[in-house]
Amino acid sequence: MSQSASANVSSPVVSSDMKQLAADVLARALKAGATDAEAVVYEGDEFSALVRLGQVETLKESGSRAVGLRVFIGQRVASTSSSDFSDESIARLVDGAVTLAKITSEDPFAGLPEAHEFGQTCAPDGGDLKLYFDDVNEQPPAERIEVARRCEAAAMAYDTRIQNSGGSEFETATSHKILMNSRGFWGEYRRSYCGFSVSPIAVDEKGGMQRNYWYSSSRTTKKLESPEEVGEEAARRTLRRLGARRVKTQKAPVVFSPEISKSIMGNIFSAAEGDAIYRNASFFAGMLGEQVAGHNITVVDDGTMVLDGIGGFGTSPFDGEGLPTRRTVLVERGILTNYVMNTYTARKLGLRSTGNASRGLAGNPGIGAHNFYLEPGTETPEEIILDVQSGLYVTEVMGFGVNLVTGDYSQGASGMWIENGEIAYPVEEITIAGNLKDMYKNIVAIGNDLVFRGASAAPTIRVEGMMIAGS
Amino acid sequence: MERCLGEALSAGGDYADLYFESVTSTSLGVDESLVKSASQGISVGCGIRVVSGERTGYAYTDDLSSERLLRAARTAALIASGPAKELMSGFRHAETPKSLYPVAGATSDAEIAAKLKLIQRADKAARDYDPRITQVRAGFNDELRRILVAASDGTFASDTQPLARLNVFVIAKDATSTARGTSGGGGRVTLDFFEGDKSPEHYAREAARTAILQLGAVDAPAGEMEVVLGPGWPGVLLHEAVGHGLEADFNRKKTSAFAGLIGQQVASSKVTVVDNGLMPNRRGSINIDDEGNPTQETVLIENGILKGFLSDKLNSRLMGMPNTGSGRRESYHHIPMPRMTNTYMLNGEDMPEDIIKSVKRGLYAVNFGGGQVDITNGKFVFSASEAYLIEDGKVTRPVKGATLIGNGPEALKYVSMVGNDLALDEGIGTCGKAGQSVPVGVGMPTVKLDRMTVGGTGQ
Repeated sequence: MSQSASANVSSPVVSSDMKQLAADVLARALKAGATDAEAVVYEGDEFSALVRLGQVETLKESGSRAVGLRVFIGQRVASTSSSDFSDESIARLVDGAVTLAKITSEDPFAGLPEAHEFGQTCAPDGGDLKLYFDDVNEQPPAERIEVARRCEAAAMAYDTRIQNSGGSEFETATSHKILMNSRGFWGEYRRSYCGFSVSPIAVDEKGGMQRNYWYSSSRTTKKLESPEEVGEEAARRTLRRLGARRVKTQKAPVVFSPEISKSIMGNIFSAAEGDAIYRNASFFAGMLGEQVAGHNITVVDDGTMVLDGIGGFGTSPFDGEGLPTRRTVLVERGILTNYVMNTYTARKLGLRSTGNASRGLAGNPGIGAHNFYLEPGTETPEEIILDVQSGLYVTEVMGFGVNLVTGDYSQGASGMWIENGEIAYPVEEITIAGNLKDMYKNIVAIGNDLVFRGASAAPTIRVEGMMIAGS
Repeated sequence: MERCLGEALSAGGDYADLYFESVTSTSLGVDESLVKSASQGISVGCGIRVVSGERTGYAYTDDLSSERLLRAARTAALIASGPAKELMSGFRHAETPKSLYPVAGATSDAEIAAKLKLIQRADKAARDYDPRITQVRAGFNDELRRILVAASDGTFASDTQPLARLNVFVIAKDATSTARGTSGGGGRVTLDFFEGDKSPEHYAREAARTAILQLGAVDAPAGEMEVVLGPGWPGVLLHEAVGHGLEADFNRKKTSAFAGLIGQQVASSKVTVVDNGLMPNRRGSINIDDEGNPTQETVLIENGILKGFLSDKLNSRLMGMPNTGSGRRESYHHIPMPRMTNTYMLNGEDMPEDIIKSVKRGLYAVNFGGGQVDITNGKFVFSASEAYLIEDGKVTRPVKGATLIGNGPEALKYVSMVGNDLALDEGIGTCGKAGQSVPVGVGMPTVKLDRMTVGGTGQ
């Protein structure tokens, strides 16, 4: 392939143009009868290269942009969005929103945040939050492809049982967002992302296949791990699944690897979302100040985190409504100390927003996590496994069997069986079940292995007494 | 467009296509009996693909000026390296196929009022169902997607695809417990669809009924047992257990547990499974796929024998197999790949009540949430949202939700009875693959599996 690919295919919309567009949209909305309005302008670029069995299989490079508008007429609200920035389209965006707002209901809780709640706006690069690094766009595509190729080659060379590959992919993305509203707030930030992953396939002597993957990602190419290390780790993670068998249906302790622990703990965030709380659609409803987990459990959401000079994947200067992000402790030593809310759900609950509004282009703001984590304990993962006579080490879960209304939890699982404190053999095609309310109280061990590989993270945990269904 | 295709093949690709797409969508929501949300969106753009051997270059633009289109074409062209290809002369305009769905114009204000009325009716019906229903949220989402595909092989085809869906979510509460219930449906239909059997009241009562039922549910059992799946949405079993594993891309790359099994027994002889994109008004149906090919009915499994894969242009060419018109994509931001449409099992001869009667102790699962599959090792799950115990041939108590797990190439070998009551789902399915979502349908008659693992908490 040619190595002269351009780094940017989209229109080179500059910051001042985006800001001007947001201001125009707001002015037009107010003129058309809106009493309040909020505009978001987004621009992004993406690149991806998939290398499979040493050859470039797909190469994708593009940019896109969009504008979203939310208008209020008194306490009625509606929203519109468009990827078309032409004048007629912007006129339709404004008229559409105002027309739609007239058919919605008066809702006493609807509205933008109060003017005094907004913080200082920061520099477009996120200022001290370190969200944007130019090197992501500057790296030539050929170098990115080479990283993917080396990563896959390392995985394939690791063991003769690695015989096929789903490919190795290198991705970059940069985005620029401007949010502006009629209460005087405007802010913008850019974010960068780069990362690569590989998905090797191992085959056992009976022809049984297993796949797994591993990855590295950052906001700057300088912090990416070596492609060889990532490839070898992916190979190890794939090989350890070979020859998996089923186990008998039984009750046993379950150790969750950090990847799965993260999703179990993530349900604490979902259960604490203001939206689910005011609807009584969460097992945390009415539990503020109550013991909802063991004394060893402290869970935090932090929108301001900077790690090793790089902004976290969940870090941003302001949330989807323009409110400054912050650090919120959801559970402190087992006590539910905070719900997580946007402006609407906070008003419904008579509380203050925690700066967790998430905004798509259209629709009312939702609630989203920033950097969400379980505080680490002191034991190593090996020590946590060592205490298990007979139990399950879960490295993968599948399915949608989590009910946040009741806490009922039932998921497909695979991993390793533990015997006498040691990993004995791989297992698959089993389920694990329990209730999250009990599981959070029965976390008897927490690892010291908290590593942020994404916006949320959790160390290894061990939960006593889960039901395992197998043969 | 011809200039653009020429530019796309300027570095010597074998094939190039342009995919123009315009989507307008509307979303309305009633929540706590208030119209709390109303939104509309417009997305317009073009994706340009260049294929060279097994390689694909892709670029898209949301600015349809010829300058931007040519720039995107040049970016996609970078995948190939060679002398420019001559372009064929002229496009082959496909005959207008018979349309599987009505085509509406732009949404009028009167229509928005009518949609609002539908969800307000749903809200009322759910609240009227039982005083224990404490929260109701009803939504109406629809879109109109216009596509046009022009390709260097002469393909020139367009389609206008409507899609509508009504959803109801409720919370029921009594002195001791809280439960949720959901329901919904739709398809490639106009608003009058919701005036027949599939009225807002139908969906509302269904959501309310399942929530009330769950208030009294006992723990689901754990372990291997006989499982009877009801008709309709439980067909998600087929989507996960076999459908994904039969998509041609995974089989060309030999990363699917089904690779190399064509002609072999992968299910009991009572099992015939098809993927059919031609069913009128169905959510998974399309007149043409997103590469401009007509869709069709494809037999995947016939009397237990694996018959075929679902393929697109790239994979059918590389594998030397027929193209089944299964090339789909989420939007112009995405590269097409083989996908399902409406996937279902054909009727058998058993009476549903005889199937229940034949079970001594087992699970009767009639409704499901989502499912997931690891196509490489074949393990799949799907999560029951409404299920009952079967004790001595009778359906007894409702149980809490539980995940069922199995192995794709093995699970359907345990099908011992197939009912004569084939039904398709209500029209709510969305399938995700490699980060792309597309609307699909599933279906099945009542089916008995002699062995399946149920992931409850009960002994």
